Amino acid sequence: MRLQFILGEIGSGLRRNMSMVVSVILVTFVSLTFVGAAGMLQLQINQMKGYWYDKVQVAVFLCGEGSTAAGCASGSATPEQQDNLRTLLESPAVSQYINDFQFESKDDAYKHFKEQFSNSPIVDSVTPDQLPASFRINMKDPEKYQIISETFSSQPGVETVIDQRQVLERLFSVMNAASLVAVSIAGVMTVCAILLIATTIRLSAFSRRRETGIMRLVGASKTVIQLPFILEGVIAAVIGAALASGTLWAVAHFFLGEYMSKQYPDTAFISPAQTLLLAPALIGLGVVLAGTSSLLTLRRYLRV
Amino acid sequence: MIRFENVTKVYDQTTRPALDSVTLEIDRGEFAFLVGASGSGKSTFLRLVLKEDRATSGTVYVAGQNVANISSWRVPRLRRGIGVVFQDFRLLPQKNVFANVAFAMQVIGKSRSVIRDTVPEVLKTVGLEGKEKRMPHELSGGEQQRVAIARAVVNRPGILLADEPTGNLDPTTSMGIMGVLDKINQNGTTVVMATHDDDIVNEMRKRVVELKNGVVIRDEARALYTSMIPIVGQSRRLRDASGREEAGGGFPAPDDPRNVSPERHTSNRSGEGRL
Repeated sequence: MRLQFILGEIGSGLRRNMSMVVSVILVTFVSLTFVGAAGMLQLQINQMKGYWYDKVQVAVFLCGEGSTAAGCASGSATPEQQDNLRTLLESPAVSQYINDFQFESKDDAYKHFKEQFSNSPIVDSVTPDQLPASFRINMKDPEKYQIISETFSSQPGVETVIDQRQVLERLFSVMNAASLVAVSIAGVMTVCAILLIATTIRLSAFSRRRETGIMRLVGASKTVIQLPFILEGVIAAVIGAALASGTLWAVAHFFLGEYMSKQYPDTAFISPAQTLLLAPALIGLGVVLAGTSSLLTLRRYLRV
Repeated sequence: MIRFENVTKVYDQTTRPALDSVTLEIDRGEFAFLVGASGSGKSTFLRLVLKEDRATSGTVYVAGQNVANISSWRVPRLRRGIGVVFQDFRLLPQKNVFANVAFAMQVIGKSRSVIRDTVPEVLKTVGLEGKEKRMPHELSGGEQQRVAIARAVVNRPGILLADEPTGNLDPTTSMGIMGVLDKINQNGTTVVMATHDDDIVNEMRKRVVELKNGVVIRDEARALYTSMIPIVGQSRRLRDASGREEAGGGFPAPDDPRNVSPERHTSNRSGEGRL
Protein backbone atom coordinates (compact mmCIF):
# COMPACT_ATOMS: atom_id res chain seq x y z
CA MET A 1 0.00 0.00 0.00
CA ARG A 2 2.65 2.43 1.00
CA LEU A 3 4.79 1.45 -1.98
CA GLN A 4 1.86 2.00 -4.29
CA PHE A 5 1.21 5.35 -2.65
CA ILE A 6 4.83 6.42 -3.09
CA LEU A 7 4.77 5.33 -6.74
CA GLY A 8 1.62 7.36 -7.27
CA GLU A 9 3.25 10.41 -5.72
CA ILE A 10 6.28 9.97 -7.98
CA GLY A 11 4.03 9.72 -11.02
CA SER A 12 2.13 12.89 -10.17
CA GLY A 13 5.39 14.70 -9.40
CA LEU A 14 6.90 13.72 -12.73
CA ARG A 15 3.76 14.80 -14.57
CA ARG A 16 3.56 18.14 -12.86
CA ASN A 17 7.19 18.97 -13.50
CA MET A 18 7.42 17.54 -16.99
CA SER A 19 9.57 20.23 -18.57
CA MET A 20 12.04 20.27 -15.69
CA VAL A 21 12.22 16.50 -15.68
CA VAL A 22 12.97 16.50 -19.41
CA SER A 23 15.75 19.03 -18.90
CA VAL A 24 17.22 16.93 -16.10
CA ILE A 25 17.13 13.90 -18.39
CA LEU A 26 18.87 15.81 -21.18
CA VAL A 27 21.54 17.33 -18.99
CA THR A 28 22.41 14.03 -17.33
CA PHE A 29 22.32 12.43 -20.78
CA VAL A 30 24.85 14.89 -22.22
CA SER A 31 27.13 14.94 -19.18
CA LEU A 32 27.18 11.17 -18.82
CA THR A 33 27.76 10.78 -22.56
CA PHE A 34 30.95 12.77 -22.14
CA VAL A 35 31.94 10.73 -19.10
CA GLY A 36 31.27 7.61 -21.14
CA ALA A 37 33.19 8.94 -24.13
CA ALA A 38 36.22 9.45 -21.91
CA GLY A 39 35.76 5.91 -20.62
CA MET A 40 35.47 4.60 -24.19
CA LEU A 41 38.67 6.35 -25.23
CA GLN A 42 40.49 4.77 -22.30
CA LEU A 43 39.09 1.37 -23.23
CA GLN A 44 40.24 1.93 -26.79
CA ILE A 45 43.71 2.94 -25.65
CA ASN A 46 43.98 -0.15 -23.48
CA GLN A 47 42.72 -2.30 -26.30
CA MET A 48 45.26 -0.88 -28.74
CA LYS A 49 48.06 -1.14 -26.21
CA GLY A 50 47.25 -4.78 -25.63
CA TYR A 51 46.99 -5.42 -29.31
CA TRP A 52 50.03 -3.50 -30.47
CA TYR A 53 52.42 -3.99 -27.60
CA ASP A 54 52.42 -7.72 -28.36
CA LYS A 55 53.25 -7.08 -31.98
CA VAL A 56 55.37 -4.04 -31.71
CA GLN A 57 59.01 -4.78 -31.86
CA VAL A 58 62.35 -3.13 -31.84
CA ALA A 59 63.60 -3.26 -35.39
CA VAL A 60 67.30 -3.33 -36.13
CA PHE A 61 67.62 -2.32 -39.78
CA LEU A 62 70.69 -3.49 -41.63
CA CYS A 63 72.52 -1.37 -44.14
CA GLY A 64 71.15 -1.48 -47.66
CA GLU A 65 72.48 -0.36 -51.04
CA GLY A 66 72.12 3.36 -50.64
CA SER A 67 72.47 3.68 -46.84
CA THR A 68 74.25 6.79 -45.69
CA ALA A 69 74.47 6.05 -41.94
CA ALA A 70 77.88 6.01 -40.22
CA GLY A 71 77.90 2.24 -39.72
CA CYS A 72 77.22 1.64 -43.40
CA ALA A 73 80.48 2.93 -44.83
CA SER A 74 81.19 -0.44 -46.44
CA GLY A 75 77.87 -0.51 -48.29
CA SER A 76 75.31 -3.22 -47.88
CA ALA A 77 75.55 -5.42 -44.77
CA THR A 78 77.61 -8.54 -45.40
CA PRO A 79 76.55 -12.05 -44.29
CA GLU A 80 79.40 -11.96 -41.67
CA GLN A 81 77.97 -8.82 -40.18
CA GLN A 82 74.58 -10.50 -40.08
CA ASP A 83 76.06 -13.50 -38.28
CA ASN A 84 77.83 -11.24 -35.80
CA LEU A 85 74.55 -9.53 -34.98
CA ARG A 86 72.79 -12.88 -34.59
CA THR A 87 75.51 -14.07 -32.20
CA LEU A 88 75.22 -10.85 -30.26
CA LEU A 89 71.45 -11.31 -29.98
CA GLU A 90 71.96 -14.82 -28.66
CA SER A 91 74.63 -13.80 -26.17
CA PRO A 92 73.43 -13.79 -22.53
CA ALA A 93 74.11 -10.04 -22.19
CA VAL A 94 71.34 -9.29 -24.67
CA SER A 95 69.16 -12.41 -24.67
CA GLN A 96 68.09 -11.79 -21.07
CA TYR A 97 66.09 -8.78 -22.27
CA ILE A 98 64.37 -10.34 -25.26
CA ASN A 99 61.76 -13.00 -25.82
CA ASP A 100 62.72 -13.91 -29.33
CA PHE A 101 63.75 -12.39 -32.61
CA GLN A 102 63.27 -13.03 -36.28
CA PHE A 103 65.36 -12.15 -39.23
CA GLU A 104 63.42 -10.42 -41.97
CA SER A 105 65.26 -10.70 -45.25
CA LYS A 106 64.87 -8.24 -48.10
CA ASP A 107 62.46 -10.64 -49.78
CA ASP A 108 60.34 -10.99 -46.59
CA ALA A 109 60.30 -7.22 -46.26
CA TYR A 110 59.17 -6.91 -49.87
CA LYS A 111 56.39 -9.42 -49.26
CA HIS A 112 55.14 -7.55 -46.15
CA PHE A 113 55.40 -4.26 -47.95
CA LYS A 114 53.29 -5.57 -50.80
CA GLU A 115 50.65 -6.79 -48.36
CA GLN A 116 50.54 -3.53 -46.47
CA PHE A 117 50.32 -1.25 -49.47
CA SER A 118 48.38 -3.54 -51.74
CA ASN A 119 46.04 -0.72 -52.79
CA SER A 120 48.80 1.71 -53.56
CA PRO A 121 50.62 2.10 -56.90
CA ILE A 122 53.87 2.55 -54.99
CA VAL A 123 54.21 -1.24 -54.81
CA ASP A 124 55.02 -1.44 -58.49
CA SER A 125 57.99 0.91 -58.24
CA VAL A 126 59.62 -0.92 -55.34
CA THR A 127 62.06 -3.79 -55.72
CA PRO A 128 63.29 -6.12 -52.95
CA ASP A 129 66.71 -4.51 -53.17
CA GLN A 130 65.42 -1.16 -52.05
CA LEU A 131 64.06 -2.54 -48.78
CA PRO A 132 66.42 -3.12 -45.87
CA ALA A 133 66.74 -6.47 -44.15
CA SER A 134 66.14 -6.32 -40.39
CA PHE A 135 66.13 -8.19 -37.10
CA ARG A 136 62.72 -7.95 -35.43
CA ILE A 137 63.17 -8.24 -31.69
CA ASN A 138 60.40 -8.95 -29.19
CA MET A 139 61.34 -7.37 -25.91
CA LYS A 140 60.58 -8.95 -22.56
CA ASP A 141 60.11 -5.48 -21.18
CA PRO A 142 59.47 -2.84 -23.83
CA GLU A 143 60.84 -0.20 -21.45
CA LYS A 144 64.36 -1.65 -21.86
CA TYR A 145 64.49 -0.43 -25.43
CA GLN A 146 67.43 1.85 -24.63
CA ILE A 147 69.75 -1.11 -23.94
CA ILE A 148 69.12 -2.69 -27.32
CA SER A 149 69.45 0.63 -29.03
CA GLU A 150 72.82 1.35 -27.43
CA THR A 151 74.15 -2.14 -28.10
CA PHE A 152 73.22 -2.31 -31.76
CA SER A 153 73.40 1.23 -33.11
CA SER A 154 77.19 1.21 -33.12
CA GLN A 155 77.55 -2.28 -34.65
CA PRO A 156 78.92 -2.41 -38.17
CA GLY A 157 76.25 -3.14 -40.78
CA VAL A 158 73.44 -1.61 -38.70
CA GLU A 159 71.75 1.39 -40.20
CA THR A 160 69.35 2.29 -37.47
CA VAL A 161 67.43 0.90 -34.48
CA ILE A 162 63.75 1.86 -34.22
CA ASP A 163 61.39 1.35 -31.32
CA GLN A 164 57.98 1.04 -32.95
CA ARG A 165 56.37 1.67 -29.61
CA GLN A 166 57.36 5.32 -29.76
CA VAL A 167 55.26 5.79 -32.87
CA LEU A 168 52.25 4.43 -31.00
CA GLU A 169 52.97 6.48 -27.87
CA ARG A 170 52.37 9.61 -29.86
CA LEU A 171 48.95 8.31 -30.95
CA PHE A 172 48.09 7.30 -27.41
CA SER A 173 49.02 10.69 -26.01
CA VAL A 174 46.67 12.31 -28.50
CA MET A 175 43.90 9.94 -27.42
CA ASN A 176 44.66 10.60 -23.77
CA ALA A 177 44.39 14.33 -24.37
CA ALA A 178 41.04 13.78 -26.08
CA SER A 179 39.73 11.77 -23.16
CA LEU A 180 40.92 14.52 -20.78
CA VAL A 181 38.95 17.06 -22.78
CA ALA A 182 35.92 14.79 -22.60
CA VAL A 183 36.33 14.46 -18.83
CA SER A 184 36.55 18.21 -18.33
CA ILE A 185 33.45 18.83 -20.45
CA ALA A 186 31.77 16.08 -18.45
CA GLY A 187 32.82 17.83 -15.24
CA VAL A 188 31.18 21.11 -16.25
CA MET A 189 28.06 19.33 -17.46
CA THR A 190 27.89 17.36 -14.21
CA VAL A 191 27.89 20.57 -12.18
CA CYS A 192 25.06 21.72 -14.46
CA ALA A 193 23.20 18.48 -13.85
CA ILE A 194 23.57 18.72 -10.07
CA LEU A 195 22.29 22.28 -9.96
CA LEU A 196 19.43 21.50 -12.30
CA ILE A 197 18.37 18.48 -10.27
CA ALA A 198 18.49 20.60 -7.12
CA THR A 199 16.28 23.25 -8.77
CA THR A 200 13.85 20.67 -10.06
CA ILE A 201 13.47 19.05 -6.65
CA ARG A 202 12.99 22.46 -5.10
CA LEU A 203 10.24 23.35 -7.55
CA SER A 204 8.64 20.00 -7.04
CA ALA A 205 8.71 20.38 -3.27
CA PHE A 206 7.27 23.86 -3.60
CA SER A 207 4.43 22.84 -5.91
CA ARG A 208 3.48 20.06 -3.51
CA ARG A 209 3.89 21.92 -0.22
CA ARG A 210 0.19 21.47 0.55
CA GLU A 211 0.48 17.71 0.35
CA THR A 212 3.71 17.55 2.29
CA GLY A 213 2.28 19.87 4.94
CA ILE A 214 -0.69 17.57 5.41
CA MET A 215 1.55 14.50 5.36
CA ARG A 216 3.62 16.02 8.11
CA LEU A 217 0.57 16.78 10.23
CA VAL A 218 -0.95 13.33 9.97
CA GLY A 219 2.38 11.83 10.98
CA ALA A 220 3.86 10.52 7.76
CA SER A 221 7.44 9.43 8.26
CA LYS A 222 10.33 11.33 6.76
CA THR A 223 10.89 8.51 4.29
CA VAL A 224 7.35 8.58 2.95
CA ILE A 225 7.51 12.35 2.51
CA GLN A 226 10.98 12.61 1.00
CA LEU A 227 11.32 9.42 -0.99
CA PRO A 228 9.04 10.48 -3.87
CA PHE A 229 11.13 13.60 -4.44
CA ILE A 230 14.42 11.75 -4.30
CA LEU A 231 13.18 8.99 -6.58
CA GLU A 232 11.87 11.59 -9.01
CA GLY A 233 15.38 12.98 -9.46
CA VAL A 234 16.89 9.51 -9.52
CA ILE A 235 14.46 8.27 -12.15
CA ALA A 236 15.18 11.26 -14.39
CA ALA A 237 18.92 10.74 -13.96
CA VAL A 238 18.66 7.01 -14.68
CA ILE A 239 16.77 7.72 -17.90
CA GLY A 240 19.51 10.18 -18.85
CA ALA A 241 22.18 7.60 -18.03
CA ALA A 242 20.38 4.94 -20.06
CA LEU A 243 20.21 7.31 -23.03
CA ALA A 244 23.92 8.02 -22.64
CA SER A 245 24.71 4.29 -22.55
CA GLY A 246 22.59 3.76 -25.64
CA THR A 247 24.41 6.54 -27.45
CA LEU A 248 27.80 5.07 -26.59
CA TRP A 249 26.65 1.66 -27.77
CA ALA A 250 25.43 3.19 -31.02
CA VAL A 251 28.77 4.95 -31.53
CA ALA A 252 30.63 1.70 -30.91
CA HIS A 253 28.31 -0.29 -33.14
CA PHE A 254 27.72 2.03 -36.08
CA PHE A 255 30.74 4.33 -36.12
CA LEU A 256 33.53 2.09 -34.86
CA GLY A 257 32.08 -1.26 -35.86
CA GLU A 258 30.61 -0.51 -39.26
CA TYR A 259 32.59 2.47 -40.50
CA MET A 260 35.98 2.76 -38.81
CA SER A 261 36.77 -0.93 -38.78
CA LYS A 262 36.26 -1.03 -42.55
CA GLN A 263 38.49 1.99 -43.03
CA TYR A 264 41.20 0.64 -40.75
CA PRO A 265 40.83 -3.12 -40.87
CA ASP A 266 44.08 -3.84 -39.00
CA THR A 267 43.16 -1.71 -35.98
CA ALA A 268 41.41 -3.38 -33.07
CA PHE A 269 38.43 -1.25 -32.13
CA ILE A 270 36.43 -1.82 -28.96
CA SER A 271 33.31 -3.86 -29.46
CA PRO A 272 29.79 -2.59 -28.66
CA ALA A 273 29.62 -5.19 -25.91
CA GLN A 274 32.55 -3.53 -24.17
CA THR A 275 30.78 -0.17 -24.09
CA LEU A 276 27.88 -1.84 -22.35
CA LEU A 277 30.26 -2.51 -19.48
CA LEU A 278 30.29 1.27 -19.03
CA ALA A 279 26.49 1.39 -18.69
CA PRO A 280 26.25 0.24 -15.04
CA ALA A 281 28.95 2.74 -14.10
CA LEU A 282 27.09 5.57 -15.85
CA ILE A 283 23.76 4.62 -14.31
CA GLY A 284 25.38 4.31 -10.90
CA LEU A 285 26.95 7.73 -11.34
CA GLY A 286 23.58 9.17 -12.34
CA VAL A 287 21.90 7.69 -9.27
CA VAL A 288 24.59 9.03 -6.96
CA LEU A 289 24.44 12.49 -8.56
CA ALA A 290 20.67 12.75 -8.37
CA GLY A 291 20.40 11.12 -4.95
CA THR A 292 22.91 13.33 -3.21
CA SER A 293 21.80 16.57 -4.81
CA SER A 294 18.14 15.92 -4.06
CA LEU A 295 18.90 14.85 -0.48
CA LEU A 296 20.85 18.04 0.13
CA THR A 297 18.10 20.14 -1.45
CA LEU A 298 15.35 18.48 0.57
CA ARG A 299 17.24 19.04 3.78
CA ARG A 300 16.97 22.77 3.08
CA TYR A 301 13.58 23.08 1.43
CA LEU A 302 11.41 20.33 2.82
CA ARG A 303 11.25 20.49 6.57
CA VAL A 304 9.91 17.32 8.11
CA MET B 1 -3.26 14.36 28.13
CA ILE B 2 -1.47 17.67 27.55
CA ARG B 3 0.57 19.19 30.34
CA PHE B 4 2.61 22.38 30.21
CA GLU B 5 5.02 23.05 33.07
CA ASN B 6 6.41 26.60 33.22
CA VAL B 7 6.67 26.64 29.45
CA THR B 8 8.25 29.72 27.92
CA LYS B 9 8.68 30.22 24.20
CA VAL B 10 10.80 33.08 22.88
CA TYR B 11 10.88 33.52 19.13
CA ASP B 12 13.02 36.61 19.12
CA GLN B 13 15.14 37.78 22.03
CA THR B 14 14.24 41.44 21.46
CA THR B 15 10.49 41.03 21.87
CA ARG B 16 8.42 39.61 24.68
CA PRO B 17 7.99 35.83 24.85
CA ALA B 18 5.10 34.27 22.90
CA LEU B 19 4.38 32.07 25.92
CA ASP B 20 5.56 33.15 29.32
CA SER B 21 5.91 30.47 31.94
CA VAL B 22 2.62 28.76 31.14
CA THR B 23 1.52 25.94 33.41
CA LEU B 24 -1.60 24.14 32.26
CA GLU B 25 -3.05 20.67 32.23
CA ILE B 26 -5.73 19.34 29.90
CA ASP B 27 -7.05 15.95 30.89
CA ARG B 28 -7.92 13.00 28.74
CA GLY B 29 -11.34 13.41 27.16
CA GLU B 30 -11.62 17.07 28.03
CA PHE B 31 -12.94 19.81 25.73
CA ALA B 32 -11.08 23.08 26.20
CA PHE B 33 -11.31 26.43 24.46
CA LEU B 34 -8.19 28.49 24.09
CA VAL B 35 -9.23 32.12 23.79
CA GLY B 36 -7.34 35.37 23.55
CA ALA B 37 -6.47 38.11 21.09
CA SER B 38 -4.16 37.56 18.15
CA GLY B 39 -0.62 37.25 19.39
CA SER B 40 -1.72 36.03 22.78
CA GLY B 41 0.08 32.70 22.26
CA LYS B 42 -2.72 30.34 21.18
CA SER B 43 -0.99 29.17 18.02
CA THR B 44 2.33 28.86 19.80
CA PHE B 45 0.62 26.61 22.33
CA LEU B 46 -0.64 24.34 19.55
CA ARG B 47 2.72 24.33 17.79
CA LEU B 48 4.47 23.23 20.96
CA VAL B 49 2.03 20.35 21.41
CA LEU B 50 2.83 19.19 17.87
CA LYS B 51 6.56 19.64 18.41
CA GLU B 52 6.67 22.00 15.48
CA ASP B 53 8.73 24.20 17.76
CA ARG B 54 10.78 23.62 20.86
CA ALA B 55 9.97 25.31 24.11
CA THR B 56 12.66 27.76 25.18
CA SER B 57 12.29 26.56 28.75
CA GLY B 58 9.89 24.40 30.73
CA THR B 59 8.47 21.03 29.78
CA VAL B 60 5.64 19.97 27.48
CA TYR B 61 4.07 16.56 28.09
CA VAL B 62 1.79 15.03 25.47
CA ALA B 63 0.12 11.72 26.33
CA GLY B 64 2.49 11.38 29.27
CA GLN B 65 5.58 11.87 27.15
CA ASN B 66 8.00 14.74 27.45
CA VAL B 67 8.09 15.97 23.84
CA ALA B 68 11.62 17.30 24.30
CA ASN B 69 12.73 13.68 24.67
CA ILE B 70 11.12 12.53 21.42
CA SER B 71 13.81 12.09 18.80
CA SER B 72 13.16 13.67 15.44
CA TRP B 73 12.47 10.35 13.71
CA ARG B 74 9.79 9.56 16.31
CA VAL B 75 7.99 12.88 15.90
CA PRO B 76 5.73 11.41 13.16
CA ARG B 77 4.49 8.89 15.71
CA LEU B 78 3.66 11.71 18.11
CA ARG B 79 1.75 13.49 15.36
CA ARG B 80 -0.25 10.39 14.47
CA GLY B 81 -1.73 10.68 17.93
CA ILE B 82 -2.85 14.26 17.28
CA GLY B 83 -5.37 15.46 14.72
CA VAL B 84 -5.26 19.06 13.54
CA VAL B 85 -7.93 21.25 11.94
CA PHE B 86 -7.36 24.72 10.55
CA GLN B 87 -9.34 27.80 9.71
CA ASP B 88 -8.52 27.39 5.98
CA PHE B 89 -9.43 23.66 5.80
CA ARG B 90 -6.29 22.72 3.83
CA LEU B 91 -7.86 20.12 1.61
CA LEU B 92 -6.12 18.82 -1.50
CA PRO B 93 -8.06 20.48 -4.33
CA GLN B 94 -7.46 17.79 -6.94
CA LYS B 95 -8.65 14.93 -4.70
CA ASN B 96 -12.27 14.14 -3.91
CA VAL B 97 -13.68 13.89 -0.40
CA PHE B 98 -12.92 10.20 -0.01
CA ALA B 99 -9.36 10.59 -1.33
CA ASN B 100 -8.70 13.58 0.93
CA VAL B 101 -9.61 11.57 4.01
CA ALA B 102 -7.92 8.40 2.71
CA PHE B 103 -4.71 10.40 2.12
CA ALA B 104 -4.14 10.64 5.87
CA MET B 105 -4.30 6.85 6.09
CA GLN B 106 -2.27 6.14 2.97
CA VAL B 107 0.73 8.16 4.08
CA ILE B 108 1.05 6.18 7.27
CA GLY B 109 0.76 2.91 5.38
CA LYS B 110 -2.75 1.69 6.20
CA SER B 111 -3.96 -1.12 3.99
CA ARG B 112 -6.51 -0.48 1.29
CA SER B 113 -9.20 -2.61 2.90
CA VAL B 114 -8.87 -0.77 6.21
CA ILE B 115 -9.14 2.53 4.35
CA ARG B 116 -12.22 1.34 2.48
CA ASP B 117 -13.90 0.41 5.75
CA THR B 118 -12.84 3.35 7.90
CA VAL B 119 -13.29 6.37 5.65
CA PRO B 120 -17.08 6.04 5.05
CA GLU B 121 -17.53 5.48 8.76
CA VAL B 122 -15.68 8.67 9.65
CA LEU B 123 -17.48 10.62 6.93
CA LYS B 124 -20.73 9.50 8.51
CA THR B 125 -19.55 10.74 11.90
CA VAL B 126 -18.98 14.22 10.47
CA GLY B 127 -22.25 14.13 8.57
CA LEU B 128 -20.97 13.76 5.02
CA GLU B 129 -22.32 10.36 4.02
CA GLY B 130 -23.00 10.13 0.30
CA LYS B 131 -20.60 12.92 -0.58
CA GLU B 132 -17.48 10.77 -1.02
CA LYS B 133 -17.15 11.57 -4.72
CA ARG B 134 -17.48 15.36 -4.42
CA MET B 135 -14.51 17.57 -5.09
CA PRO B 136 -13.59 20.18 -2.45
CA HIS B 137 -14.67 23.12 -4.67
CA GLU B 138 -18.12 21.58 -4.95
CA LEU B 139 -18.61 21.75 -1.19
CA SER B 140 -19.70 24.57 1.08
CA GLY B 141 -17.26 25.93 3.63
CA GLY B 142 -18.91 24.00 6.43
CA GLU B 143 -18.74 20.79 4.44
CA GLN B 144 -15.10 21.39 3.59
CA GLN B 145 -14.36 21.85 7.27
CA ARG B 146 -16.16 18.59 7.99
CA VAL B 147 -13.89 16.85 5.49
CA ALA B 148 -10.89 18.38 7.23
CA ILE B 149 -12.19 17.15 10.60
CA ALA B 150 -12.76 13.69 9.13
CA ARG B 151 -9.18 13.67 7.89
CA ALA B 152 -7.90 14.80 11.28
CA VAL B 153 -9.70 12.05 13.20
CA VAL B 154 -9.59 9.18 10.70
CA ASN B 155 -6.50 7.72 12.35
CA ARG B 156 -8.24 7.87 15.76
CA PRO B 157 -5.92 10.35 17.46
CA GLY B 158 -6.21 10.83 21.19
CA ILE B 159 -6.05 14.59 20.78
CA LEU B 160 -7.73 16.93 18.31
CA LEU B 161 -6.29 20.42 17.98
CA ALA B 162 -8.49 22.94 16.20
CA ASP B 163 -7.03 26.31 15.26
CA GLU B 164 -10.03 28.61 14.71
CA PRO B 165 -11.99 25.96 12.85
CA THR B 166 -15.04 28.25 12.54
CA GLY B 167 -13.09 31.36 11.59
CA ASN B 168 -14.27 31.26 7.96
CA LEU B 169 -17.82 30.08 8.63
CA ASP B 170 -21.15 31.76 9.37
CA PRO B 171 -22.70 31.30 12.86
CA THR B 172 -25.16 28.56 11.86
CA THR B 173 -22.53 26.50 10.04
CA SER B 174 -20.17 27.08 12.95
CA MET B 175 -22.65 25.55 15.35
CA GLY B 176 -22.86 22.50 13.08
CA ILE B 177 -19.10 22.15 13.17
CA MET B 178 -19.17 22.48 16.96
CA GLY B 179 -21.68 19.66 17.04
CA VAL B 180 -19.24 17.48 15.12
CA LEU B 181 -16.36 18.39 17.43
CA ASP B 182 -18.56 17.71 20.45
CA LYS B 183 -19.49 14.31 19.07
CA ILE B 184 -15.79 13.49 18.55
CA ASN B 185 -15.16 14.63 22.11
CA GLN B 186 -17.97 12.40 23.36
CA ASN B 187 -16.15 9.47 21.73
CA GLY B 188 -13.21 10.10 24.05
CA THR B 189 -10.95 12.39 22.05
CA THR B 190 -9.41 15.32 23.88
CA VAL B 191 -10.30 18.49 21.97
CA VAL B 192 -8.40 21.75 22.27
CA MET B 193 -9.86 24.54 20.21
CA ALA B 194 -8.33 27.98 19.75
CA THR B 195 -11.02 30.48 18.85
CA HIS B 196 -12.17 34.07 18.69
CA ASP B 197 -15.82 33.13 18.40
CA ASP B 198 -17.56 34.29 21.58
CA ASP B 199 -20.99 32.93 20.55
CA ILE B 200 -19.64 29.44 20.24
CA VAL B 201 -17.79 29.55 23.53
CA ASN B 202 -20.83 30.92 25.30
CA GLU B 203 -23.06 28.29 23.73
CA MET B 204 -20.84 25.31 24.49
CA ARG B 205 -20.13 26.08 28.14
CA LYS B 206 -16.87 24.18 28.23
CA ARG B 207 -13.58 24.85 29.93
CA VAL B 208 -12.08 28.17 28.81
CA VAL B 209 -8.38 29.01 29.03
CA GLU B 210 -7.71 32.62 28.27
CA LEU B 211 -4.27 33.73 27.18
CA LYS B 212 -3.03 37.25 27.06
CA ASN B 213 0.45 38.17 25.93
CA GLY B 214 1.64 34.66 26.53
CA VAL B 215 0.22 34.38 30.03
CA VAL B 216 -2.78 32.35 31.19
CA ILE B 217 -5.06 34.95 32.75
CA ARG B 218 -8.12 32.75 33.23
CA ASP B 219 -8.83 29.05 33.39
CA GLU B 220 -12.48 28.29 34.14
CA ALA B 221 -14.63 25.20 33.78
CA ARG B 222 -18.03 25.56 32.05
CA ALA B 223 -17.23 29.18 31.37
CA LEU B 224 -18.18 31.97 29.00
CA TYR B 225 -16.00 33.80 26.50
CA THR B 226 -15.64 36.71 28.93
CA SER B 227 -15.54 36.06 32.61
CA MET B 228 -18.34 37.21 34.86
CA ILE B 229 -16.11 37.03 37.89
CA PRO B 230 -13.44 39.65 38.42
CA ILE B 231 -10.05 38.04 38.19
CA VAL B 232 -8.61 38.46 41.63
CA GLY B 233 -5.99 35.82 42.09
CA GLN B 234 -4.24 36.52 38.84
CA SER B 235 -4.41 40.27 38.75
CA ARG B 236 -0.77 40.61 39.74
CA ARG B 237 0.38 38.45 36.87
CA LEU B 238 -1.88 40.33 34.53
CA ARG B 239 -0.34 43.63 35.62
CA ASP B 240 3.10 42.15 35.06
CA ALA B 241 2.17 41.09 31.59
CA SER B 242 0.76 44.49 30.71
CA GLY B 243 3.83 46.22 32.00
CA ARG B 244 6.07 43.99 29.91
CA GLU B 245 4.02 44.77 26.88
CA GLU B 246 4.49 48.50 27.25
CA ALA B 247 8.20 48.02 27.63
CA GLY B 248 8.37 45.83 24.56
CA GLY B 249 6.46 48.30 22.39
CA GLY B 250 5.06 47.63 18.94
CA PHE B 251 2.06 45.67 20.23
CA PRO B 252 -1.54 46.75 20.29
CA ALA B 253 -2.51 48.60 23.40
CA PRO B 254 -3.56 46.21 26.16
CA ASP B 255 -7.30 45.92 26.33
CA ASP B 256 -9.17 45.09 29.43
CA PRO B 257 -9.82 41.34 29.43
CA ARG B 258 -13.28 41.88 30.89
CA ASN B 259 -14.38 44.22 28.18
CA VAL B 260 -13.35 42.85 24.84
CA SER B 261 -16.05 40.69 23.37
CA PRO B 262 -17.37 42.66 20.36
CA GLU B 263 -14.12 43.53 18.64
CA ARG B 264 -12.38 40.26 19.39
CA HIS B 265 -13.80 37.96 16.81
CA THR B 266 -13.28 40.51 14.08
CA SER B 267 -9.56 40.59 14.82
CA ASN B 268 -7.11 39.95 12.04
CA ARG B 269 -6.75 36.47 10.64
CA SER B 270 -3.56 37.00 8.76
CA GLY B 271 -1.31 35.81 11.54
CA GLU B 272 -3.68 33.13 12.71
CA GLY B 273 -4.52 29.79 11.29
CA ARG B 274 -0.89 29.16 10.43
CA LEU B 275 0.44 26.37 12.48
